[in-house]
Amino acid sequence: MAYQKVAIVGAGITKFVRRAQETGKELAFQASKMALDSCGMTMEDIESVSLGTAPDAFDGVHLKGEYLSDGSGGWRKPYMRQFVGGGTGVFAPIHGWLHVASGMFDTCLVVCSEKMSSCYPHPQGAFKTIFDHTTEQELDPTLIWIFALEMNRFMSAYGMTKEEIAQVSVKNKKNAMDHPAAQLPMEITVDDVMNSETLAWPVNRLDISPASDGAAAIVLASEHTAKRITNKPVWIDGVGWNLDTAYWATRDLSYPRYVEKAARMAYEMAGVVEPKREIEIAEPYDPFDYKELHHMEGLQLADRGEAVQMLLDGKTQRDGDRPMCPSGGALGVGNPIAATGLMKVIEIFLQLRGEAGKRQVPGSPRCGLAQAWGDLMQVGTVVVLRR
Amino acid sequence: MRERVAIAGIGYTAFTSVSPGSSFRELTYEAAVKAYEEAGIEPKDVDSFVCTSEDFLEGYSISDEYCNDQLGAILKPAQTIPGDFIHSLAVGVMHVLTERFDIVVLQALSKASNMKTIPEMINFAMDPVLNRPLDVTAYTVAGLEMNRFLEEKRATRQQCAAVVVKNKANALINPSAAYGADVSVEQVLESEPIAEPVRLLDVAPYADGAVVMVLCSEKLVPSLCDNPVWIKGVGWSSDSPTLESRDWTDSVAVRLAGDMAYKMAGVACPAKEIDLAEVNDEISFKELQHLEALRLFDTGQAGKATEDGKTSPDGTLPVNVSGGGLGVGHLFECSGAQKILELVLQLRGEAGERQASDVSTALAQAWRGIPTTSAAVAILGN
Amino acid sequence: MELNKKDLGGTHYKESALKEGKLLSLAMEPKLQYAWDNGPAIGRYLAELKEGRLIARKCNKCRRIMIPPRMFCELCWRPTDEWVYLKDTGTINTFSICYVNWDASRIKKGEKPHLPAVIEIDGASEGMGILHVLGEVEPEKIKIGMKVKAVWKKPEDREGAITDILYFKPVRR
Repeated sequence: MAYQKVAIVGAGITKFVRRAQETGKELAFQASKMALDSCGMTMEDIESVSLGTAPDAFDGVHLKGEYLSDGSGGWRKPYMRQFVGGGTGVFAPIHGWLHVASGMFDTCLVVCSEKMSSCYPHPQGAFKTIFDHTTEQELDPTLIWIFALEMNRFMSAYGMTKEEIAQVSVKNKKNAMDHPAAQLPMEITVDDVMNSETLAWPVNRLDISPASDGAAAIVLASEHTAKRITNKPVWIDGVGWNLDTAYWATRDLSYPRYVEKAARMAYEMAGVVEPKREIEIAEPYDPFDYKELHHMEGLQLADRGEAVQMLLDGKTQRDGDRPMCPSGGALGVGNPIAATGLMKVIEIFLQLRGEAGKRQVPGSPRCGLAQAWGDLMQVGTVVVLRR
Repeated sequence: MRERVAIAGIGYTAFTSVSPGSSFRELTYEAAVKAYEEAGIEPKDVDSFVCTSEDFLEGYSISDEYCNDQLGAILKPAQTIPGDFIHSLAVGVMHVLTERFDIVVLQALSKASNMKTIPEMINFAMDPVLNRPLDVTAYTVAGLEMNRFLEEKRATRQQCAAVVVKNKANALINPSAAYGADVSVEQVLESEPIAEPVRLLDVAPYADGAVVMVLCSEKLVPSLCDNPVWIKGVGWSSDSPTLESRDWTDSVAVRLAGDMAYKMAGVACPAKEIDLAEVNDEISFKELQHLEALRLFDTGQAGKATEDGKTSPDGTLPVNVSGGGLGVGHLFECSGAQKILELVLQLRGEAGERQASDVSTALAQAWRGIPTTSAAVAILGN
Repeated sequence: MELNKKDLGGTHYKESALKEGKLLSLAMEPKLQYAWDNGPAIGRYLAELKEGRLIARKCNKCRRIMIPPRMFCELCWRPTDEWVYLKDTGTINTFSICYVNWDASRIKKGEKPHLPAVIEIDGASEGMGILHVLGEVEPEKIKIGMKVKAVWKKPEDREGAITDILYFKPVRR
């Protein structure tokens, strides 16, 4: 354990939409206010603020963390931004955890706000500059390249088919129909996925989560404060994060070893010895459908090459043995990068408290996990939550 | 009594106006090798890495991707803080205080020479709807603030220029500094206007360089370092980001950050207990504004104190003995790192020709620059 | 605290509203230019590309031959030891067939799709790949494990950039 135990006591989220009329500041405010209201707290009770948000290029504002500080409650408070690419959404509670677990603060408001639509005509363009400026950008790469390359390698390594992987998209978009914030909830079939436009083989349009605007926020509190605020605190029992080398073309793309290391770090801290048994519900990051399987294996929730069988056997449905992405995930709810990861954390928070409404999985789970991924196939961030 | 956090090693490159022989990788590697060597550690011993970086400074959309190889941080916990190095220092301190991390490495770097359109980049940080369309350079913000500061008689124009004279002179005997020079108050006042009353010599010129630091928990100190420097307090805060709703005379964020750090360090009377300070002097008047916000001088007194030599190397409170940003060079997110570096050298008695006497408690303060109001403060002791 | 749609913030607007001027908007293109110092490792890599060669660095401790070259071995944490020339042939580790451009616009009718690939270069350590593109190959015929060879720009057209290699094309063993 750490110096102080840390719990999530409140949460807030906006709808995830392709283009929001609100500014990034306003989205952050809406989510933060909702999070504070949900546990009867005000900014006076908040001692520190942590912001997570992805590339500045989306909003078109350099020093974006400063720009968003007022909407995030950072006015005249110890306010700090962290950024680990796509892993930011699940790193946000970890960064907040550092504030409280260290004993420096009793409370921390963790906010993730994303405004991808400002990058016009499509936020995908901002990803050209994640590649090495000298050895890669001249080739005019797009973000979809690296996912397509990784998906191809993953499929090839274990003999998976596109039809099998497409079932993740079918599952998650259907799950999302019960999520009030969802951007693209829909009932689709494997054929729909296979017939959707091929963007970069083997990736089709319906294999991908949509670009989004949205924000989410949670309130963290130390043990004695948490117990005063709510009778259902959800404890952050394990945190883990890991960064692999930037030389991504020299790694085995069929397995995310950085997710494994992040997971093991979190499991060790949480005292989880048999993840397959003890992690009852999980929200692995699913920006592309194959990623849910890829990450399940990295998280040790499935053996290598076996995640797809769990999917085909229905084990990862809400009423299955091991529900994965009961929220609807990025595929169904939307992918405003940093806010997505926090949305997943919030899903586990609600599920463990029995407050997930129509998305509630049976069996009253007591232990769950949220995970995000980021950078150039590099970052794994994991939190293990318990009631 | 909580366990304390120590600085076990620090490594740095020279701070220069250009660094054509090295990419960002080699610069950081050089600083990291020196830091690890001093602390007697290898990358595999490190529990967590905290890098400091903003996307548009590096020219990458996710600068976190490229922070780790040159630190040996492969398959390790690593994160990026878009803030000043002192923000990363605060995160490092929090790591150790959770009692789950014993060795944390911090990093910051500036490759200002590779940024070809710096004024446009700084402009890009201004509000896109309310400020940028006015099409005025971001330095206008500094001009507006300095004008207000002078208007409220917080200092005279000459006193602000005296800061420039002092810091550039200090830099002459700092072998790592890029912009040591012998200038006079008249030369500062007559230099080219940028955004009146801000003139060219009032603005810190840019420099390249890298700093890597190793933090460790108190229990590891006996095995890792003979000459530990202790982190007694950290504080950070942000005031309003919008130009339209901020205090134009005082740096509220620095006041709040300073108070937070003083409280943690148990400093009740800063003016008496701080022996040496490295504060942000990115624009000359800022040094005065920050010294007052930090309670090191009373309101309206810092300018006079500078003129009277109280903040000179042989004064009662040496400020920016290293040369500050004006003398060393402005290092963007690495600025706080250069200030911490100076404190470490001074506290260890390793500052050579510029060694101040009787330094046992020292303060470093960072400001994130135009158009922000974010600040971070660290108090170190030996 | 169950989530209720009516309580959630966020208000959608359609792109058509933007294009028809129903929503006030500002457009701006920033001028963000950089000139990166490449340092000795990448500097030499580019210089050799201009000469039509691929070069790597070797770490004598872990014995990895690394491309792109680097002056320090990030695993052994020590400076690398020697330059090693590699062949300009390799094996496809993975590939894709891409119908969108970097800015999400679609390729035009009749235009060939992009063929990005990770190519493990012969002479480097196993698994050492670089990102590049394929050419002179029918997309349906590309296989992981295929052998390929670099097709270079004419010497007078080379600039010392990764694009001095136009693409990699399949070759028989």
